[in-house]
Amino acid sequence: MPLITINRVQKYYGQNHVLKGIDLDIDQGEVVSIIGRSGSGKSTLLRCINGLEGYQEGSIKLGGMTVTNRESQAREISRSIGMVFQSFNLFPHMTALQNVMLAPRRVLGIKAAECRELAELMLNKVGLGDRLDYYPANLSGGQQQRVAIARALAMDPKVLLCDEITSALDPELVGEVLKVLEKLAAEGMTLILVTHEMNFARDIGDRIVFMHQGKIWEQGESHQLFAQPQTAELKQFIASVRGLGDN
Amino acid sequence: MTTFTDWDIVRNLLLAARWTLLLSLAAFIGGGVLTIPLMLMRLSRRRWLKLGIRAYSNLFQGTPLLMQLFLAFFGLALFGIDVSPWLAAALALTLFTSAFLVDIWCGSIDALPKGQWEASRCLGLGFGQTLLRVMAPQAIRIAIAPTVGFSVQVIKGTALASIIGFIELTKAGAMLTNVTFQPFKVFGLVALGYFLMCYPLSHFSHYLEKKFHATDNH
Repeated sequence: MPLITINRVQKYYGQNHVLKGIDLDIDQGEVVSIIGRSGSGKSTLLRCINGLEGYQEGSIKLGGMTVTNRESQAREISRSIGMVFQSFNLFPHMTALQNVMLAPRRVLGIKAAECRELAELMLNKVGLGDRLDYYPANLSGGQQQRVAIARALAMDPKVLLCDEITSALDPELVGEVLKVLEKLAAEGMTLILVTHEMNFARDIGDRIVFMHQGKIWEQGESHQLFAQPQTAELKQFIASVRGLGDN
Repeated sequence: MTTFTDWDIVRNLLLAARWTLLLSLAAFIGGGVLTIPLMLMRLSRRRWLKLGIRAYSNLFQGTPLLMQLFLAFFGLALFGIDVSPWLAAALALTLFTSAFLVDIWCGSIDALPKGQWEASRCLGLGFGQTLLRVMAPQAIRIAIAPTVGFSVQVIKGTALASIIGFIELTKAGAMLTNVTFQPFKVFGLVALGYFLMCYPLSHFSHYLEKKFHATDNH
């Protein structure tokens, strides 16, 4: 049975039909990259999966739970789904360590000393063991994003959603963040990535989902999808992305 | 007829200034305490609660404080509720203060990036936890300078309480003028009294503004 089952999801923003019947199953341990032009609905889909946005029809199931955007469900969702944002959204008044400790302490009710150990472990995992007491303002973008990943991992989620997490980074900082994702993928973490890093999507992902005009236009095994796109839209999209295939 | 020396004038004004300070303090603390539930209602997702609070702050911001004092003093009396000038003044100023503070405080929270709410939600933090541990510590830095600045308005606003017969600095000045016939000297001293109370606060507010502005841009 898949970990996440998305079934005929329709979403409207007023008159604007953003998701037009999305069907997608994601298995435990799978790494799925969602690509597509801006406005194709890929970020919206991600935000529906973790309950930040509601949808009007269809269903999104995770384990036995149907995900909605009801606030009362947010706590339950947070135990299964971690989220990393394009803009990091770290808490600027807390150190890296405090950022990571907050949710385990206040949501899971783990003792402070254990939370500290857990947070140190997570920050070590993303290579920031020497930056525990730094405030976000004193960290580089890449380091901040890695703290954000550690913060999400500290809740021990079943799946990690990443919403264009390298788009706000200077080019030389992208690598260190992607390296962390590669490591997580290798450890068997289920990842759903919305990304513009095509080479990365091709190399890390088991599967690539191409979204266009609110629909899943084409999907398939990563290398094959890029090598042999079936639809004109995907061919056009691949052609319009610079740098693809340069390695 | 007794004569008033300059010292008598100053002494009486100082005694009355205690009431100005006390009324300001009562209004400010009362207003601050009242603002907390108002703020929670305005931040809630219920539209009618939000609109209600907006109407409340528009009402008190859009009418003269003097009318609010009259309504609290004479208006309540019409319903057979006997209020002392002190109580009426403290009540009206508390409502007046909260109507402005709710704007300042909610505005400070609204000024923070929406991503802070989203990140908190994705981590499973509830509304109260997010407000207390994530939003408030950041919002306080934004809110503190305008809040202290607004306290100056409250102190000056207490002068109007003299009109409903509450004996504070301004009322004492008027009474002393009636017996000394030296309005320029007396009201000059009254003005000086307000200045001595307000100036340090304004100065402090500017200091805070600079301090927090500087640390925001590191």
